[in-house]
Amino acid sequence: MATAYFPILLALAFGLFLAVAVWMLGHFTGPKNPTREKLIPYECGSETTGTGGIRLSAKFFVTAILLVVFDVELAFLYPWAAAFGELGRRGLFAMLLFLAVLGVALLYLVRKGALRWEE
Amino acid sequence: MNAFFVWMTVAKIVAFVLFILTGGALMVWVERRLSAMMQDRVGPHRANLGRFRLWGLIHILADGLKMMVKEDFIPRRADRLLHALAPILAFFPVVVTFAVVPFGPTLDFAHLGAVNHEGPLFSGPWATTLQVATIDVGLLFVLAIAGTGVVGAVLAGAASDNRFSLLGSLRAASQMISYEVTLGASLVGCILVFGTLRIEQMVLWQHQHVWGILVQPLAFLLFLVAGIAESKRVPFDLPEGESEIVAGYFLEYSGMKFAMFFLGELMEIVVLAILLTVFFLGGWDVPFLFADGLHVDLPFLDTWVWNWPHGVVVLVQLLGFTVKVGAMVFLQMALRWTLPRFRYDQLMDLGWKVLLPLSLGNIAVTAVVLAALR
Amino acid sequence: MEEYREEELVLPADPMVLNMGPSHPAMHGTVRCVLRLDGEQVVDCDVQIGYLHRGFEKECEAGTWTQVFPYTDRLNYASPLLNNIGYALAVEKLLGITVPPRCQYLRVILGEVARICDHCVCNAAMAMELGAFTVFLYLVKAREWLFELLEEVTGARVTHSFCRIGGLRHDLPEGFDERLRAALQKTLAAVEDSEKLLLRNRVFMDRTMDVGAISPERALAYGWTGPCLRSTGVAYDVRKIHPYLVYDQFDFDIPVGSRGDNYDRFVVRLEEIRQSARIIDQALRRLPDGPIAVPDDLGVILPDKLQTYTTIERTIQHFKIVTEGIQVPAGEVYSYTEAANGELGFYIVSTGGGRPHKCRVRPPCFANLQALPELVRGRLLPDIIPTFGSINMIGGECDR
Repeated sequence: MATAYFPILLALAFGLFLAVAVWMLGHFTGPKNPTREKLIPYECGSETTGTGGIRLSAKFFVTAILLVVFDVELAFLYPWAAAFGELGRRGLFAMLLFLAVLGVALLYLVRKGALRWEE
Repeated sequence: MNAFFVWMTVAKIVAFVLFILTGGALMVWVERRLSAMMQDRVGPHRANLGRFRLWGLIHILADGLKMMVKEDFIPRRADRLLHALAPILAFFPVVVTFAVVPFGPTLDFAHLGAVNHEGPLFSGPWATTLQVATIDVGLLFVLAIAGTGVVGAVLAGAASDNRFSLLGSLRAASQMISYEVTLGASLVGCILVFGTLRIEQMVLWQHQHVWGILVQPLAFLLFLVAGIAESKRVPFDLPEGESEIVAGYFLEYSGMKFAMFFLGELMEIVVLAILLTVFFLGGWDVPFLFADGLHVDLPFLDTWVWNWPHGVVVLVQLLGFTVKVGAMVFLQMALRWTLPRFRYDQLMDLGWKVLLPLSLGNIAVTAVVLAALR
Repeated sequence: MEEYREEELVLPADPMVLNMGPSHPAMHGTVRCVLRLDGEQVVDCDVQIGYLHRGFEKECEAGTWTQVFPYTDRLNYASPLLNNIGYALAVEKLLGITVPPRCQYLRVILGEVARICDHCVCNAAMAMELGAFTVFLYLVKAREWLFELLEEVTGARVTHSFCRIGGLRHDLPEGFDERLRAALQKTLAAVEDSEKLLLRNRVFMDRTMDVGAISPERALAYGWTGPCLRSTGVAYDVRKIHPYLVYDQFDFDIPVGSRGDNYDRFVVRLEEIRQSARIIDQALRRLPDGPIAVPDDLGVILPDKLQTYTTIERTIQHFKIVTEGIQVPAGEVYSYTEAANGELGFYIVSTGGGRPHKCRVRPPCFANLQALPELVRGRLLPDIIPTFGSINMIGGECDR
């Protein structure tokens, strides 16, 4: 088991090393000449009113919640799908029911207008 | 865990990273030249080393150099730590997704010249899988790593203290998490058919039976669409849509940090092509090519066998893998230069009201058909 | 427990104020939209123009009548010849002269080529801003072929200054009509390619259909003209309704839309390219021989070079035109033509003498742009892009 995951660890370490290396390369080779004007956030040449502490639309949050709901429920499908051969008819109907529930939930969301942007 | 295993692992990681990195860099060139061909242009070809221009390939080098010596600035009121961290978080997942993907069958260094009559794969003390890690939940690893890609984009936008970036990161978050559901769900059909979560087993199944695209055509389309959405390219390039929110979440990045987002996105094309190849196009499988050589077995004709040594077979299969990846890259490029961009609400509608129900339906139908066939 | 209604429980998002432009890829560097956003939704849009104001109307008063031509090039810089023609016609109206037939035909031909260029650029930019970069290059390539021809005739690609009061700078080069026909054929093929790529493309249709729609009544109330007005279904085209030059002698249609949305504006422009090609084809076939300017006796056009150097009368005339300018009688006149964006009007006042007293321009896209806030309010942020693109605001013309 540990043997199987050792290469993963190695790959992750290597990937992180690579990312940091590229980052450092850019960070240290380029010139550093910050001026006040240069560091102003770009907003098409106009003075910005800033972004700090702005309250964003809750609609974005709804999307995030939807992901959590559906992704977690999807997680149940993987073991079922992998073991589908051994589960037999019972497993099939159980999951079809599960999918139906999921479908109904999705239908409810759409009808409720959780995905609509314009009021 | 012996020394051979460790060194082979290191060698494979280096080989695959090089494959992806050069692939990503080459994408810069391919994108320019291919789009130029599609648009009746010549494309960039001026950068040169003395008399050599190499059809514009040197532009990659020139771009790299330019990015390195560009000033790397951080906006005044930006969150310095997160601003610095974001490109790393965006770059890193792309580089490590490959870890569980098989790019070839097992290679046995002891039998390179011998013909393999026994079975699909060699196994012995000097055999190594052409895959960095063979883990039992390879597919979940791919999905998990792909899921972290959103973090870099969101952090970049949120930390930049720029309203266009903020909009870009909000769009990136909504888009990537919406299509992640479809991305995962479309693969459940494949798991059902192949009966495993191990990616090397999936490829082996396709090698022994048929390619995934023939048994799961709908899943292929869904995965392709969701994959393009995950890589944030036209028609799904809302998070950076340059005519709307200028450059979106990486608007306030310059130099190498910008290049990390840019290169990361181009490498994602390669990664998506690799995943499509592995799940739906038989991975390293080459038609008519088996472990012991070519078997041409067509109806009304005599079976014709041509034995090849093990080393040659593996080499041809590696080549086949590369060609398929290239074809999938070309498909993505052609889409990118043909289609306009979606709007935010259309994107959400497509993801939640079309793709997700379709992928759920695909799962149900696949399961029922499989049960009926049994 | 106290009862709450659902609306009271909603904590509204802070409206985000966003400056879109002037330095924004889709705003052409010449206009600023101050947006108030709720998430992606546009709550309010304040269009601020004037970034390309160069004092055109005041500048005109400083030079002679002829010296205004270079300024008109820089009004709608996507189709300068149409502005040249519009201004020349206005002064000629005040002078009470009519140019010879050949000159009229040449003005029609060159003007329609300019119109095709303008429509190509407008649609190309709109497609590009929607992400369809390939279409942009197809159409800009088509414009390039026409630009090469215009350069051949006028000597400049953009700033032609080719018209003169009472005529044209010079005649067409040898073999021009065959080259123009060939270029038009290629242009129409490029237009067809673009149509194939976009008009039945689901993404493009969803992005443009019913987006930025306006009713004919509202459009007229805003003073819309040109392709934008015609997209709402009003068949108003100055070339047909109040023909000038020789437009009444040609057989062409006025393409109209029905919904007045971005898609219709896009299609109307593409169709107008075809109609312009039709006009050019007919004009080339009927092109009469003859002079390209009014006779020298009128004292409007610079006299023939040979005579200028050999006779004293013409030398003096040449001298007076160059130093004092053309003598335009006192009076005021409004002259209007169909430019690429709609009705381009020149209201000129003369107090007699060689310089304009006042030269006021009625820019078509100034009126068209007024409607932008109404078109995008309540829509999503990305809808501004095709709407702004299809209105075809040209900074030089709008701000002057």
